Amino acid sequence: MTATAGAAGARPGGFRAMRDRVSTLAAAHRSITIIVGWIIVATALPILMLLPPFSTFQPQKLWIDGFTNAGVFILLALGLNMVVGFAGLLDLGYAAFYAIGAYTYAFAASPTVPWISLHVPFWPMLLVGAAVAAMFGILLGAPTLRLRGDYLAIVTLGFGEIVPAVFLNADKVTNGTNGIGGVYKPELLGYQFTLGNPVPYYIAMVAIIAVVMIFVYRLQDSRLGRAWMAVREDELAAASNGVNTVTTKLLAFALGASTAGLAGVFTASKLTLVSPDQFSFSVSFTILAMVVLGGMGNVWGVAMGAFILYTIQSVVLKQLNPFFHTLNVPFLKDIDFVQYQFLLYGVALVGMMLLRPEGLFPSSRRKRELHTELDDDVGDELGPDPSSSPMEGV
Amino acid sequence: MSSASQPQARATPSFRPDAARAIRAAAVVVVALLAAYALLGLTQTPAGWAWTNPTQQFMNFLTLGAIYALIALGYTMVYGIIELINFAHGDLFMFGAFVAMWILTVPLGMTGAVENPLQLIVILVVVMVPTMIFMGLLGTFIERFAYRPLRHAPRLAPLITAIGVSFILINVIYVVFGPSPVNVPQVFPLTRFEFLGGKISFLSLFMVGVSVFLMVLLQLFVGRTRLGRAMRSTAQDREAAELMGVDINQTIAITFFIAAALAGAGGTIQGLYFGSVQFNLGFFVGLKAFTAAVLGGIGNTTGAALGGFIIAFIEVFATQLGYSRWSEVAVFTVLILVLVFRPSGILGQQLGERA
Repeated sequence: MTATAGAAGARPGGFRAMRDRVSTLAAAHRSITIIVGWIIVATALPILMLLPPFSTFQPQKLWIDGFTNAGVFILLALGLNMVVGFAGLLDLGYAAFYAIGAYTYAFAASPTVPWISLHVPFWPMLLVGAAVAAMFGILLGAPTLRLRGDYLAIVTLGFGEIVPAVFLNADKVTNGTNGIGGVYKPELLGYQFTLGNPVPYYIAMVAIIAVVMIFVYRLQDSRLGRAWMAVREDELAAASNGVNTVTTKLLAFALGASTAGLAGVFTASKLTLVSPDQFSFSVSFTILAMVVLGGMGNVWGVAMGAFILYTIQSVVLKQLNPFFHTLNVPFLKDIDFVQYQFLLYGVALVGMMLLRPEGLFPSSRRKRELHTELDDDVGDELGPDPSSSPMEGV
Repeated sequence: MSSASQPQARATPSFRPDAARAIRAAAVVVVALLAAYALLGLTQTPAGWAWTNPTQQFMNFLTLGAIYALIALGYTMVYGIIELINFAHGDLFMFGAFVAMWILTVPLGMTGAVENPLQLIVILVVVMVPTMIFMGLLGTFIERFAYRPLRHAPRLAPLITAIGVSFILINVIYVVFGPSPVNVPQVFPLTRFEFLGGKISFLSLFMVGVSVFLMVLLQLFVGRTRLGRAMRSTAQDREAAELMGVDINQTIAITFFIAAALAGAGGTIQGLYFGSVQFNLGFFVGLKAFTAAVLGGIGNTTGAALGGFIIAFIEVFATQLGYSRWSEVAVFTVLILVLVFRPSGILGQQLGERA
């Protein structure tokens, strides 16, 4: 959207009128806007990387590869945004679904699986991976979504840690620490994807993201999307207006999980290896930081957050050290910035929540919500309850 | 959501349970401990099931249970008073373990065992008390700057902050002490004495003693002092408590102080008992302690202690049977099952409908 608006800004005189027309058009044809927007962004980025400041960091090929990996995180952030941003459920074990998607594809398309040897093509597996992840989302969500949000957070936290632990410990099925290697790469109409050429992966990734994004936008404006927001803002009010809160939350959970499943299948096919250590808690945490920083509830904002954060962690932090070394700044040149990555994420999360809870690119609705001043309703919701006296008798 | 619609059936908790109740509770505890003792002797040998002397495993169970109970108390107290799952609590425990390790190593310069009992006690006091005070202050600090500004924000905000604080704590330790486990000086002499046919070290006896002492102290504090009463009333109805002249901010700060101090005590014990500490220690211990708090009935201090020992039993029993790799999965399954079938926990009441 921004790209189209920028292109329209060539004539300063008619800028405002032009921009208004573009934004009305974009609002009316959202899916087309997303496709056009992504085509522009996806062609502009690799070209931009040929220019001086970027081309000095790493060659274009590596940039494209990096963008593809960033795309995986954009996909994950879009999915988590449905859970955290739209439905207001805190999922701290999101990487588990990512792992489930990845292992699903690995089981179906690798010669090194200890108990089976299949070669199912990549494209249908995208859907299967998403479906399996969604199924696990429902399995986990069904018992816990009846409970309050805090419990969901801790259960997902545990789930996120347990899933990799199961993949690690069940070594007769998953090869344990070594993981499953030699996963088949995708093939499209006879064209075989290769490790040496990142471009096909890049294009496939952009296409997947565009489709998911259209899907997410449609969902957001659908009956279900509105139900999510109603549940997020006031569950009791939503329930009394006829929203089935459990189903609504379960669907948010399942759809979020399925997006992670897609991302997992893609990663497995791209790296041709899945192992339990790729899906640690820090992955869940990173995705959460992306969603919070980008602006919970805002689809483009979340995608931007994911892209920016991924670029920072994979390029900027690694370049800072050589950079300070060349400048010979005392003290700073001795710091290994990559090591501080998660410390910075933690500080960013706390800082964002305290100062700008709506994120860098807020959705207007979420902003209003998160800036509610103290009133009776809020006090009551957070407030104490006679049944939860903590200090019961000995 | 409104508290007015909740049934107000429960009478005010009685602070001086009558003698019959106390005796019954004591009997249950004794029977449970005996059962645990008997079960911990079961082993799986190639020939089939066998029974070995369980004394050592039993002490393992008690020590682990004490650690979990101390941490679970922190979860449950904070949850009881502001209804926040303090994700950073497990990491406070880890932080406490590192503080204790640092005090032992750097200012005290300990390297090996201290044979003189009197000197040993002085050292332990010098380690434990400052650790607890430091951790308490850290907990209060976190509450003041990370949670208090969000007290009236939507629920999601403090939860996200809590997870952020947890990552800050982990990574501060990671940056300072590095990724590998750090050894804690073993100040306890390795001498053991025979008891019930097994060998018991003074260390584990001491650990269990200290934890039980702290738990009793906590119960007395909450049940018998003015501040404890302020805590109970704040937990029950914050606004009414405020109208009655309770300083809410101070009370919540004190709750965080106590919770974090207990985590610090747990950390000290962990370090001394297992001999090493690592930056990612808090995660699973935190998860298990949280499970313990939920199992016992979140918001209930006795329940938290009980849950801690149950979880420890599950873990030690799994290890005993040779499934130690799956102990985390087992504990997590317990958490899910409790949430499905009895969200109010063993000792909790009524919480289910709103939990």
